[in-house]
Amino acid sequence: MLEALVTAASKMQPALQLCGIGKTFVLKSGSVLNRRRTEVRAVRDMNLVLERNSIMGLVGESGSGKTTTGMMALRLIEPTSGQIRLEGEDITEYGHQEMKEARRRMQVVFQDSYSALSPMLTLRQIVAEPLLIHGAGGATERDALALEWLERVGLHRSFGSRYPHELSGGQRQRVAIARALILEPAVLIADEPTSALDVSVKAQIINLIQDLQNEMELSVLFISHDLSVVRSLTDRVAVMFNGRVVEEADTETIFSQARHHYTRSLLDAIPVMDPRARPRRHFMSREELEAKVVTLRASEMDGPARPSGERRLVKISKSHKVEARVAA
Amino acid sequence: MSGPGPAAAPGTPSVQSGPAGRAHGPLWHAWRRLAANRAALAGGGAVAAIAVLAIIAPLIFPTGPTDQAYLQEALAFPSREHPFGIDDLGRDFLTRTVYGARVSLSIGFIAAAFSVIIGIPLGAAAGYYGGATDWFIMRLIEIFSVLPPLLAALLLGAVVGGGFWMIVFIAALFGWVQVCLLVRAQVKAFKSKEFVRAAVALGASPTYVVFRHLIPNSVSPIIVGFVLAIPLAMMLEASLSFLGVGVPPPTPSWGQMISVGLNFMYFYWHLAVFPTIALAATVLATSLFGDGLRDALDPTIEGRRA
Repeated sequence: MLEALVTAASKMQPALQLCGIGKTFVLKSGSVLNRRRTEVRAVRDMNLVLERNSIMGLVGESGSGKTTTGMMALRLIEPTSGQIRLEGEDITEYGHQEMKEARRRMQVVFQDSYSALSPMLTLRQIVAEPLLIHGAGGATERDALALEWLERVGLHRSFGSRYPHELSGGQRQRVAIARALILEPAVLIADEPTSALDVSVKAQIINLIQDLQNEMELSVLFISHDLSVVRSLTDRVAVMFNGRVVEEADTETIFSQARHHYTRSLLDAIPVMDPRARPRRHFMSREELEAKVVTLRASEMDGPARPSGERRLVKISKSHKVEARVAA
Repeated sequence: MSGPGPAAAPGTPSVQSGPAGRAHGPLWHAWRRLAANRAALAGGGAVAAIAVLAIIAPLIFPTGPTDQAYLQEALAFPSREHPFGIDDLGRDFLTRTVYGARVSLSIGFIAAAFSVIIGIPLGAAAGYYGGATDWFIMRLIEIFSVLPPLLAALLLGAVVGGGFWMIVFIAALFGWVQVCLLVRAQVKAFKSKEFVRAAVALGASPTYVVFRHLIPNSVSPIIVGFVLAIPLAMMLEASLSFLGVGVPPPTPSWGQMISVGLNFMYFYWHLAVFPTIALAATVLATSLFGDGLRDALDPTIEGRRA
């Protein structure tokens, strides 16, 4: 009874929450005598909520910290501060065994499908690997399920005994998706899964992710710099700039009512086919963008807000947050 | 197991048709490249032939390698009955030369096997853990690479006395370095690959990652390291036996036979020439085969050469 309640309660929680998470990399350079330490703050004080059964886009330019954020959520990179909550459960401090259990519920698809599959294993071995690691089922059951999943991601069963080097990039990415989903996780972190693919294949992979998300009620954190893909796939978007979230809103809001200068300049960078319809663009440097701070009046805010000279992420409507300074 | 049904999702792209023909692993392709390399094939064939000959030696020769059956014809030159002649102690020299392959090949293979057994775990540990482990193992390797193996072997041989296992021990002690470096480089390169990170994201332990992914992906350097360690061990054995701290007589060993043959060189050339040819041919054949294997298993080398 109590267990049922606890389970029900955990189902109410968001699939994934990042609470004030941060990562500082320490770079060491120079010789033994002349050691220099440089600190790089890749991600600072970041908050993100991935709701159940939804796709959230995490966008930003290269080096904005979006991949680091994804890897921290998976604890493939250990955060230097903050908390990771998977279905309400704080997994930040979990040891190997507890983390192994938690990893069943959170999986990843990487960008580079070429290095994502071991060249020495057949596809059925690759797809069955999660079952092997978690000791699920006997060898024949694992194999049968792996073949089922190959079909589920749109590859014929006969691919099961093939090797990765015989596949195209799109086919490899399908295999990587099958491997990520065979344990039926609640959360999928997709780190630029389509960036290395050409356009037609990209569309197929996007459709596949969308279908599987629907079917399995997955929560997907979709990391990408491709705004057109993000627009067609995601429900919500968080925009990252210099290691922090500068704007977060429902996808359509971001595309129609962006407030932050960086979001706007990202949107301006989307290529437009018709040369006459192209907007007049002004590309700003990082420094310029960093210097431009949105200033809002307290009345523009959703709910009470105290004025402050410091910029911070504030709510301007129920579902729209933007980094701004609040004027009195 | 509560698996999901294989129900095709609505809108799932049409199932891609299965490719025709059989699936071939990376090792199959390596084999194809090896088969196209004539020098390597000849080398491999020669090594195999010598090994077979050494194994079936008791069936071919009427006398054993240490039987002084032809004392009255001692030092006889090659003839129809004795193609390699008779040695100074009245033993058929062809018999002794072929039996010499037993010593040479078995020391070569066993020492190479031990090199691999020591080299794999150390190389994998250095490449996987990095940091202090890597530092320590690399310093160990440096010690072994600045020590001249023959000098160290002479010292050890003089202290402990020669013998078969002594030579195997010394050859393995110096042979593991190459295997270790090859495995370390491979593990280091593959450790950051995404399939390894995917396994970690699945909750795999370091042991699983090393044994399921890193070592299987290092088979190429391991095979190459193994085969290239063989001629080195054979040369070391021959050198030690030549200097008198190797395999003790009367067991036939090529190095020892060359050493004895040199005493008779001016008058009875055959005692030095035949074991020298046998040693040179075997070492050359093994090296050719090893080089061919390396090219076959790592096709990128060819590109680097061009």
